[in-house]
Amino acid sequence: MMRIKNAGAALALGLFAVTAWADGEAILKSQCGACHNLTGPAPTTLQALWDRKGPDLFYAGNKYQAAWLEQWLQKPVRIRPAGMFYAAHVKPGPKGDEVDASTLVPHPALSAADAKAVTAALMTRKAGSELIKAGAYTPGAISRSSGEMMFDKFKGCLACHEIEPGYGGLSGPEVYTAGRRLREDYLVSYLRNPQAWDPKIFMPNKHLSDTDIQKFINYFRLLSEEGAP
Amino acid sequence: MNKPSVLAIGVCCMALLWGAAAMAREKAADNYRTYCVQCHGLKGDGKGINIRDMSVQPRDHTDAKEMSARSDADIYKVIKEGGVAINKSVLMPPWSDVFSDEEIKDLVLYLRELCKCSYGK
Repeated sequence: MMRIKNAGAALALGLFAVTAWADGEAILKSQCGACHNLTGPAPTTLQALWDRKGPDLFYAGNKYQAAWLEQWLQKPVRIRPAGMFYAAHVKPGPKGDEVDASTLVPHPALSAADAKAVTAALMTRKAGSELIKAGAYTPGAISRSSGEMMFDKFKGCLACHEIEPGYGGLSGPEVYTAGRRLREDYLVSYLRNPQAWDPKIFMPNKHLSDTDIQKFINYFRLLSEEGAP
Repeated sequence: MNKPSVLAIGVCCMALLWGAAAMAREKAADNYRTYCVQCHGLKGDGKGINIRDMSVQPRDHTDAKEMSARSDADIYKVIKEGGVAINKSVLMPPWSDVFSDEEIKDLVLYLRELCKCSYGK
């Protein structure tokens, strides 16, 4: 009797997952495709890079942490201070270039049910799996000062990325949420070779050692824990 | 030459051709706008959106005095290998995985247009 109950529960759960996926696919295709590439490939020309309005999602299942994604879709906040392609959102100012906030378009918020369904559908998009080695990241510890020293002084990443709101560069995505936002094994792969995922992206390959990559991810996780509500 | 070797060379040639076709040579001004403007600024004056918290400020590419002190070979090297390669800041990253050698040569010429200068004058 217990087995039948368990089988029934599993079937119901499976049906729920399939339904959520189908609902999510429908939302993705009707509401998200105008700004996001859902099928690949990534831009291979500058024009295609400039035209990109939101992150490519055809490898979202490899890139994002589902829990973060579901939450973010309900309360979206800007991750890239200067938008997807910064040069399209910059204007000259009295002291130098400034972000032209009037050109930035906010991301629409989804209901809890839609966010769950879209997340389920996005998690099935796993292009680039061959670039990822499961278990490539081994959790470890790093002090905030050591992480910041590496990120800023030794590797120069602070030039383009903020490590806290209002501190760091503006052309790249903030890294203080990266530990919650991105899957660690994806980060290992992306930091090793950003162009393998996104050939024209304006993030350089810094030729980081495996040890440095592990340290950076420890640092991102630390920043995310510190910044968590 | 045996058949497998010929096949292997053929596959390599195809891969090279495919790579060249997939990543066409972009214009220097377009590469500059995409990769350099974030730090060196829309006008090339070193005042990009990223400079606020930088410990070392980016080079002003319109400064003829500063730019004429750098040889074309040094400029090529710094774009390809990063600031550290010429004992300058780590904040200038290596772009060898983004630009082809030809595109870097084009960028050197473009920088000479921006500064309206050449090495030594």
